[in-house]
Amino acid sequence: MKLWKRLSYAYSVLIFLFLYAPIVVMIVYSFNAEKSRAKWGGFTLKWYRELFSNSDIMEALITTLTIALLSSIIALIIGTAAAVGIANLRKGPRKWLMNITYLPMLNADIVTGVSLLLIFSLMGIELGYVSLLLAHVTFNIPYVILSIMPKLRQLDPHLYEAAQDLGAPPVLAFFKVVLPEISPGIVTGFLLAFTMSIDDFVISFFTTGSGVSTLAIEIYSMARRGIKPEINALSAIMFLVVLALLLVINLRGGKDKKGAENRPVSVRARSSAR
Amino acid sequence: MNNKKSQWLALPYAVYAVIFIAAPLLLIVLYSFCTDPQNGIDFTMENFVRFFDFANPMYMQVLWRSIYLAIISTIICLLLGYPMAYILSQLSPRVRGVVSVLFILPMWMNFLLRTYSWMSLLEKTGLINRLLEALSLPSLDIMYTQWAVVLGNVYNFLPFMILPIYNVLIKIDKSVVEAAQDLGAPPYRVFTRVIFPLSLGGVASGITMTFMPAVTTFVISKLLGGGQNTLIGDLIEKQFKVTGNWGFGSAMSVIIMVLILIAMNITPGDKEESAGGTLL
Amino acid sequence: MLGLKKLVSFALVCVMVMTLVLSGCGGNSDVTTLYVYNWGDYIAEDVLDMFTEETGIKVVYDTYEQNEDMYTKITSGGSSKIDVIFPSEYIIEKMINEDLLAEINYDNVPNMALIDDKYKDQSYDPGNKYSVPYMWGTLGIVYDATRVSEPIDSWEDLWDPQYKGEILMWDSMRDSMGLSLKLLGYSMNSTNMDELTAARDKLMEQKPLVLNYAGDQMKDNMIAGEAIMAVMYSGDAITVMDSNENLDYVVPKEGSNIWFDSMCILKSSTNKEAAEQFINFMCRTDIAEMNRAYINYSTPQREVYENLPDEIRNDQRQYPDDSIFELCEVYEDLGEFTDTYAEFWFQVIAS
Repeated sequence: MKLWKRLSYAYSVLIFLFLYAPIVVMIVYSFNAEKSRAKWGGFTLKWYRELFSNSDIMEALITTLTIALLSSIIALIIGTAAAVGIANLRKGPRKWLMNITYLPMLNADIVTGVSLLLIFSLMGIELGYVSLLLAHVTFNIPYVILSIMPKLRQLDPHLYEAAQDLGAPPVLAFFKVVLPEISPGIVTGFLLAFTMSIDDFVISFFTTGSGVSTLAIEIYSMARRGIKPEINALSAIMFLVVLALLLVINLRGGKDKKGAENRPVSVRARSSAR
Repeated sequence: MNNKKSQWLALPYAVYAVIFIAAPLLLIVLYSFCTDPQNGIDFTMENFVRFFDFANPMYMQVLWRSIYLAIISTIICLLLGYPMAYILSQLSPRVRGVVSVLFILPMWMNFLLRTYSWMSLLEKTGLINRLLEALSLPSLDIMYTQWAVVLGNVYNFLPFMILPIYNVLIKIDKSVVEAAQDLGAPPYRVFTRVIFPLSLGGVASGITMTFMPAVTTFVISKLLGGGQNTLIGDLIEKQFKVTGNWGFGSAMSVIIMVLILIAMNITPGDKEESAGGTLL
Repeated sequence: MLGLKKLVSFALVCVMVMTLVLSGCGGNSDVTTLYVYNWGDYIAEDVLDMFTEETGIKVVYDTYEQNEDMYTKITSGGSSKIDVIFPSEYIIEKMINEDLLAEINYDNVPNMALIDDKYKDQSYDPGNKYSVPYMWGTLGIVYDATRVSEPIDSWEDLWDPQYKGEILMWDSMRDSMGLSLKLLGYSMNSTNMDELTAARDKLMEQKPLVLNYAGDQMKDNMIAGEAIMAVMYSGDAITVMDSNENLDYVVPKEGSNIWFDSMCILKSSTNKEAAEQFINFMCRTDIAEMNRAYINYSTPQREVYENLPDEIRNDQRQYPDDSIFELCEVYEDLGEFTDTYAEFWFQVIAS
C-alpha cells in the first residue's frame, strides 16, 4: 500500500509538471529583459509597464471583456425565458428545440464559425463588433439553457400554482417563487457563458471584421510573427486573477453546509481549440 | 408551473435558434453543392468529387492524417488520464477539492498562449533541448513534426479526458467495491470486474470530448506542426481565409460534421450529461 | 457560489461602466475614420498616432500575411469598410483588371514627386493611376555564415542534403513555386504546365530536407538559430541580420523576384480624400524614413535614399545594382493559372 501511494504521488506530480510547464515558462519569460525568447537578459518589470501602454492589447482586452459581458447578459435573458418556455412546451416541439440547442455544443467550433460567417454574409451583416456579439450570444445561449433546465425539473410545480391561488399575478409569482429556485442555475449559466466567451478563439476568428479583435485573435496573429513579451506579462496577471478567483470560490464552497463531497468537477465541453 | 402561456417565452429563442443555429448549418450543406456560392446557387457534386479524388488523393491524405493524429492523441490521453482520474478519485474529499481546482486552472488560460509556450520549450534551441544538452543527453527534435501536434493535442485535451472519468469514478457506490473485496476478490480483479466496467460511461464521453476537438483543430497543427502537417481544419480555414473558395470549404465542413456524427455513434455514453456539466 | 442578486448588481455596474467607456470613445461621431489594411510588421510603430495627431483622422489598422489573404478578404464581402491597402505588383494588376481600385487624385498627393522615377510607371500600373510605391525588395536566402560549408549563392543550396532539417521555406505559393521555376531555368511567371509540373516535383524532392513551411515566425527562428537557411524577403533579412550577426543574405545567381509594394485605395472606399491624405503622409520624407528604418526594406523615396549613410546605399543586399536587377523578374498576374499554382503548392506541403 505504501508503494502504491508513492507511485500515485509521483505520477500526479509528473502530470502536474506537464500541465504547468508552459505556464511557468510564460510567467518566467514575462520578467525577461531580453525581447527574444532565445536568451535570458536579466530580471525586469518593463513588460508590465509596456503592457498598459500597448493600445492594441488594451483595446483587445476591452473588446474581449465587453463582448463576454454583453453576450452572456443577452444569452442569460433569452436563455432563461427560453428554459421556462421549453419546460412548458409539449413533448414534440420541446424535443425539436432541445435538439437544435445541442447543435452548437456538439458541433466542431470551426463548423459553427464558418456557418455563422455564411449567414452573416447572406444577411448583409457587416463583419465587426455586432457580428462578433451575435456569434457569442449564439454559442452562449445553450449553456444558459442547459444550466437552468435541471433546476426547473426539480421545481415543485405546485409552488407556482399555490402562489397564484393566493392571488399573486403570474409575473409576480414567477419572480417571487420560480426565480429564486432556479437562480443557482442562472448563476452557473452566466459564469459558464462568460468564460466560454472569453476563451473562444475559433468562432471569433471567423466572425470578426477589420479592426475588431479579441485577445485570442490578437495573440494568434502575434504567435505567427513572434509574441510580444507584453503578452507574457498579461498571461501572468490573468493567471493570478484566475487563481485568486478559483481559490475564493472554492474556499467559500468548502463552507457550504452540504460540503463538496461528491460534487462533480466542471467539464468545459466545448474546447476553445476546436 | 403548468402554464400554457409561459411556453411562449421560448419563442424569441426559437426564432433566434432557427436563424443563427439551424439556418447557418443548412446553408453550409447548400453551399457545399455549389460551384461559386457567392455569385449564385447551382447544383454540383464537384466539391466532393475534388475531395475524394482517387487519382490525386491529397485531400484524403489530409483527412486521414487528421483522423490518425486525433486517434493517437485520444489513446495517449486515455492512457495518461485514466490513472490520474483514478488517483484523484481516491483522495479524501477535502484534498480532492483543492487538487481538482489545480487541474482546471491551466484550462482557464488561453490555449493559444499555452500552445505558443510549448514552442519555446520544444524548439531546437528551446529550454528542453538546452536542458538535455547540459545533461549531455541526445536532443529532442520533435518541433514541426506530427509528434509535436500529438503533444499539443494531448496537452490541451487531457483535462477533457480526466474530468469525465473522475466524475463517474467518484459516484461509484463504495459498498459495491467493498462487497467485491469482502467476497475475496484481489485488488486487480476488483478493478477489472467492478470499477472499470462502471466507469465506462465516463471513458466514452472522455473519448468523444478529446477526439472531436483534436480532429478539427487548426491552430495547434499550424503552430506546432508547421505548414507540412496540414490538417482538415487548416484546409477549411484556408478556403475561407486565403483562397476564398466557399463551396469547397463548405463541403469539407459537411465532411467534418459527418465524421463527428459517426464518432459520436461509435462511442456510446450519456453525452448530454457530460456536455452540460456544472461549473466547479 | 455567488448569489443571483450580487450577480445582477455586478452585471448592472459593469454595463454602466461600459456604456460610459463606449460613449466616451465614440462620443464625437464627426471624426473621420480611415481603415488601413497592411502587411504584418510593415509600418513604424508611432506613425499611425502621428497621423491622427496631425490630421484628426482616426485610423483603424489591421494586418494580413499574404497578398492572397488580403485579396480574399476584400472580395468575399463583409469588409467593405477598408480604404487603403498595400498590395504587391501582380495583385495590383489583378485588382485593376477587376475594377477594384480607385484612381488616385494626385492633387491630394503632392509628395508623389518625392518618389524616384525609377520606380514609377511600371508595367503593372502604367502611369501610376492606381498605386503609389511604398517599398521594394528582392527574394533571396538568409543563411548562417558560420554553419555553412561553402558560400551560399544558388537556389540549389536549398536542395543540399547536408542541411537536412535546417531549411525553412516560405509558405507562399508564388515565391516557392517561383524559386523552383527559376532554379530549373524557367520564368517565375510560367504558365507552361510541363514547367510547372517540373517545378512542383522539384519542390516535392526537397520536402524531406525542410524543417518547416513557415510564415513570419521564420524571422524569430532565424534569430534564435533554429535553422541554417531560410527563404526571405530582403527587408526581413536585414532585420534578422541586425539581431544575429552570423546571418547573411544573398540573391541567388539564377535570378530571383524583385517586387514593389504600393499603396492603393479601394474603389469602395468612402473616405477617398482621407485615404489620399494618408498616402501623402506616408510619402513625406520624415515618415518614409521612420518606416524605412523600422522595417528595413528598400525605399523608393528619393530624399530618404539620398540621406542614407553610404554603407547602406552601397549595400548590394539592400540596394542591388543593375547586374542583380537584370537577373530578377517582377511577378505578373497569372489569370486562371493562379489556381494551378495554388493547387501545386498545396500538393507540395500537404502530401
